[in-house]
Amino acid sequence: MSGSELDAETGAAVQARGLTKRFGEFTAVDGVDFDIQAGEAFGFLGPNGAGKTSTMRMIACLSPISGGSLQVLGLDPMRDGPRIRSRIGLVPQEDTLDLELTVRDNLYLYGRYFGLPKKQLRERVDQLLEFARLTERADERVDPLSGGMRRRLTIARALVSSPDLVILDEPTTGLDPQARHLLWDRLYRLKREGVTLVITTHYMDEAEQLCDRLVVMDAGRIAAAGSPRELIEQWSTREVVELRFEPEGHQAHGDRLADLAERVEVLPDRLLLYTDEGDATLDAVRSRGKSPIAALVRRSTLEDVFLHLTGRSLVE
Amino acid sequence: MSFTTSLRGAGANPSRRARMPPALRAYQYNLLAYKRTWRGSLTTTFLYPVLYLAAIGVGLGHLIDHGSNQAVGGVPYLWFLAPGLLAGTAMQIGANESTYPVMAGIKWLKTYFAMLATPLEVTDVLYGHLLWILTRVALASGVFLAVMTAFHTVPSLWAVAAFPAAVLTGAAFAAPVMAFSATRETDQSFVVLYRFGIVPLFLFSGTFFPIVQLPGWLQVVARCTPLYQGVSLCRGLVLGHPGGWDALGHSGYLLVMLLGGILAARATYRGRLVQ
Repeated sequence: MSGSELDAETGAAVQARGLTKRFGEFTAVDGVDFDIQAGEAFGFLGPNGAGKTSTMRMIACLSPISGGSLQVLGLDPMRDGPRIRSRIGLVPQEDTLDLELTVRDNLYLYGRYFGLPKKQLRERVDQLLEFARLTERADERVDPLSGGMRRRLTIARALVSSPDLVILDEPTTGLDPQARHLLWDRLYRLKREGVTLVITTHYMDEAEQLCDRLVVMDAGRIAAAGSPRELIEQWSTREVVELRFEPEGHQAHGDRLADLAERVEVLPDRLLLYTDEGDATLDAVRSRGKSPIAALVRRSTLEDVFLHLTGRSLVE
Repeated sequence: MSFTTSLRGAGANPSRRARMPPALRAYQYNLLAYKRTWRGSLTTTFLYPVLYLAAIGVGLGHLIDHGSNQAVGGVPYLWFLAPGLLAGTAMQIGANESTYPVMAGIKWLKTYFAMLATPLEVTDVLYGHLLWILTRVALASGVFLAVMTAFHTVPSLWAVAAFPAAVLTGAAFAAPVMAFSATRETDQSFVVLYRFGIVPLFLFSGTFFPIVQLPGWLQVVARCTPLYQGVSLCRGLVLGHPGGWDALGHSGYLLVMLLGGILAARATYRGRLVQ
């Protein structure tokens, strides 16, 4: 990707200012600003309905913007849709594979949509089959493949045109842990290759693992932005003490222990004490004669950031 | 060479990309998909014309011809029936391919959305699919004409022109039905379309008997239906009396239907696929 094709002022692969998406009366994306730099992995984190997918679809030039401005690879999605899409690989939330065709045909036809020459495309398909670990299944129909295999095929398909920007909308939702780790490994490889990745997810661990920077979205707005580390430093403490008492006593226990931590969250099933020294705080709790059913000291995660910003958990 | 280097290295150089028109790239999908699934359509394309012509044309026609064939213009009943069936089959294939496959593109397989994530645009997706439906109509019409020839029901060389006439008939139905299908949430409406649209048209548009057999007011209705235009056009050509202005009128009617259908489909496809 040459500099001239990027946004002239910021060098961003994607730049949004006051970006808005409305469906009738409903505002799905409510005036968000962000810059995605070329070569970085950028995440949109938030619960279902936060506006992540609507944002993705606008970046992928599938959905016209309702307000604000958007530049993708230095071009205007409203005017240059086909040109931008020729340089984007999209992994939609729902697979759009043709189940009756073979794995190979699905890749081949998708490449043809981009106008890739047949001979070059056939070589490319073989490489992508290797990449997705689907060589063995290449000439079988897609229908009987597992969810993880289909997802890998969808990702391989998105790479067929060697895109500069790959957009992944909840790439691992519904997959088992093993399948997720295999996918993450493939995404690392792409990132190392200099491909810009835009990822939406409602999984904390995925965002922490994959994203250089991310925004936390809630109800169509950006609640916070930064690297996973920065977000945790800014919005949470270093450690968290999780305590479980008899459920009906949580609010009362929370009130009585409030002075031992910077902040206390009372959840239906547990108490969270935000503190920089977890073990010391837990000792202090015990020295007050409180004996929780279960206690755990852990590091802060993005889940804590989200909880702090919105008062809600990410996966509900 | 690491995998990822090779992955990027093999990347397409945009300047060297084949410049196939985008709508043909969408068309190619259907072509390949059909190569994999063509066996399923063998009965509708090849077997039905033979069965219909054999059962109704030869069997029933034999009885009719023993009476008086003046009602069907003084030709054997089979001659009368075959071009009607040709137009009726073109309509059925045109309509059929524009219902469930469109629903599959939007909802079941979402192939339309796969295409739209690439440089293809909504009109490319529409035209590619329409072109494919016309290919299917052309295939079926060609086979039908061949079977008709084998049954010795093609007395005139004008019959060659019945081929584009049949394709036009199928196209005239395909485009508006595509426009309609793109607005549907479930395939229930297709059953209704068939029951109250396609089947009555097939039966009462002069396919099986001349419409002068109908009561007066119903004749007027029949004359105005779209399939009547296709049946009259095909029958005139196959029997060797194309009929000048009438043929132009029938063709014009079908063309307007095709173009109107395309305009409507452009709007409904955009409304459904771009949100």
